[in-house]
Amino acid sequence: MAEAASTRRRWTQRTVAPWLFLAPGLAMFTVYVLWPIVESVTLSFYDWNGLYDRDGNFTGRFVGMGNYRELMSDPAFTTSLWNNLKWLVLYMLALPAGLFIAIFLNQTVRGIRLYKSLFFFPFVISQVVVGLIFSWFYAPNFGLFYKLIESITGQGVAVLADPDLVTYGIIAAGLWPQIAYVMILYLTGLNNVAPDQIEAARLDGAKGWRMLWYVVLPQLRPATFIAVIVTVIGALRSFDLVSIMTNGGPFGSSRVLSYYMFEMALGEYGFRMGYGAAIAVVLFLIMMVFISGFIWKMWRDERER
Amino acid sequence: MFPRPIQKSSPVAQWVYTIALPVALILWLFPLLGVALTSLRPASDLAQGNYFGMPSGIAWENYVFIFTQTPIGQYMVNSLWVTIPTVIGAVSLSLMTGFALAVYGFRANILVFFMFVAGNFVPFQILMVPVRDMTLNLGMYNTWYGLALFHIAFQTGFCTLFMRNFIKALPFELIEAARVEGVSEWRIFWFIVLPLMRPAIAALSVLVFTFIWNDFFWATVLTQGVESQPITAGLSSLNGQWIAQWHLVSAGSILAALPPVAMFFLMQKHFIAGLTLGAVK
Repeated sequence: MAEAASTRRRWTQRTVAPWLFLAPGLAMFTVYVLWPIVESVTLSFYDWNGLYDRDGNFTGRFVGMGNYRELMSDPAFTTSLWNNLKWLVLYMLALPAGLFIAIFLNQTVRGIRLYKSLFFFPFVISQVVVGLIFSWFYAPNFGLFYKLIESITGQGVAVLADPDLVTYGIIAAGLWPQIAYVMILYLTGLNNVAPDQIEAARLDGAKGWRMLWYVVLPQLRPATFIAVIVTVIGALRSFDLVSIMTNGGPFGSSRVLSYYMFEMALGEYGFRMGYGAAIAVVLFLIMMVFISGFIWKMWRDERER
Repeated sequence: MFPRPIQKSSPVAQWVYTIALPVALILWLFPLLGVALTSLRPASDLAQGNYFGMPSGIAWENYVFIFTQTPIGQYMVNSLWVTIPTVIGAVSLSLMTGFALAVYGFRANILVFFMFVAGNFVPFQILMVPVRDMTLNLGMYNTWYGLALFHIAFQTGFCTLFMRNFIKALPFELIEAARVEGVSEWRIFWFIVLPLMRPAIAALSVLVFTFIWNDFFWATVLTQGVESQPITAGLSSLNGQWIAQWHLVSAGSILAALPPVAMFFLMQKHFIAGLTLGAVK
């Protein structure tokens, strides 16, 4: 009897325990992450200036798809979307570049650990600082980059003041820390490449590019996967650099969705919370494509275990 | 090992490699070195157009100036007030959620887990308006705890992923054995699993410290003014006042970069272990 009661108590304990352990984290996450997503989606169907009336009631006006219709014909939105696409595509350069540096540094010579750490440096510092560093680098008349171009072509280029170049200039700044991140992922991956397979391939006469492509890269698949994910997220989160380096200018030509959303909801254009929310929803949907891919792969891996 | 160890190459190749390493490093860190040097250059040099030549002296006074004439010290203290509670909060919460998701096979397990993971990747902008609104309504706008509470909640997503995978890799027999002995679930967590989590706790603490110290977006959305703004937002507003005074901008940048850099160098092994989670099978 006592035995059965104790087994039952154990069983109840094991059903209740996980939920007790989850409760605080899940509650915080629901309040600050899950619920706001639902609220933002709802808000995107309203026209709201962020204010409440004297009795604390919501003052928004339901406009249905109105905000989304307006987005379709908003040139600033189109510019932002295009720039996001540029960010996404060019950010992928971080993968080959990071792999290249990782291969370059994957040696055992004196002081190599310090070199690896120093190469990783740009990722550790804040994007605000990276933005300031590159603003100085590009600064007209005395910036290093300006001087360099001037000495080659005889005519300096003010990258951040040129509507056609500005986005590329900011992306280059963003690539700096991103390459460092990808590099560290690949360095860890290279550390775990099976040495016997490399030796076997070497005996078969494989080397250089063929070795990299057919033997090493397949083994780096997990590192490549994580690198793609963090690079996509990095590209779509590009708020800090745009805000620090140009504030979306000149003439709004370096805006991206994340920055344009902020401008609409809290910036100098007034508090258009509903319109901002609609932009955020578009960005969220783009991100969801990648998130679902990631979750799908994780789910497959979990089932294989 | 790939690539082939340099020791097996010709002496010329080895020699080239030895030279190439420092050269590549200097090129790679060139913008940063430039800023570090500018931060020690006297303002008079810049005024005379001497940006890259020999400085006329080392100007520690740039740093003295920003500490005495600007609130940068206050900004850094504000950053600590947000960062340290966030590290403690997010790590504690995720130890529990990670334990729950790694040890118990209840039905909603994988769903809850994926929800944490997915939430972690969401763009900040979709949270911005409701979170700001809620923080305002609760009277926590422009306070360190308003900002820290949000960070704790958001970081719990990433930290849960990390903790859960770490606990999954521990030998499950330990927990089984304790259960057979009749040890309660809470005591299993506290006395058996927690002591084994030290490396994970260290790795996550340095990572979260760096993420939060470097956060700019939420600092701009949830705070304003000297009394609560963290260093990133503070530096951005100082930058607006110091138009073209690059010796000051540089000194401020170096200061803002120092704490995470120091953290990285002190805890390098843990830092990299945290970041490369999942990069190897």
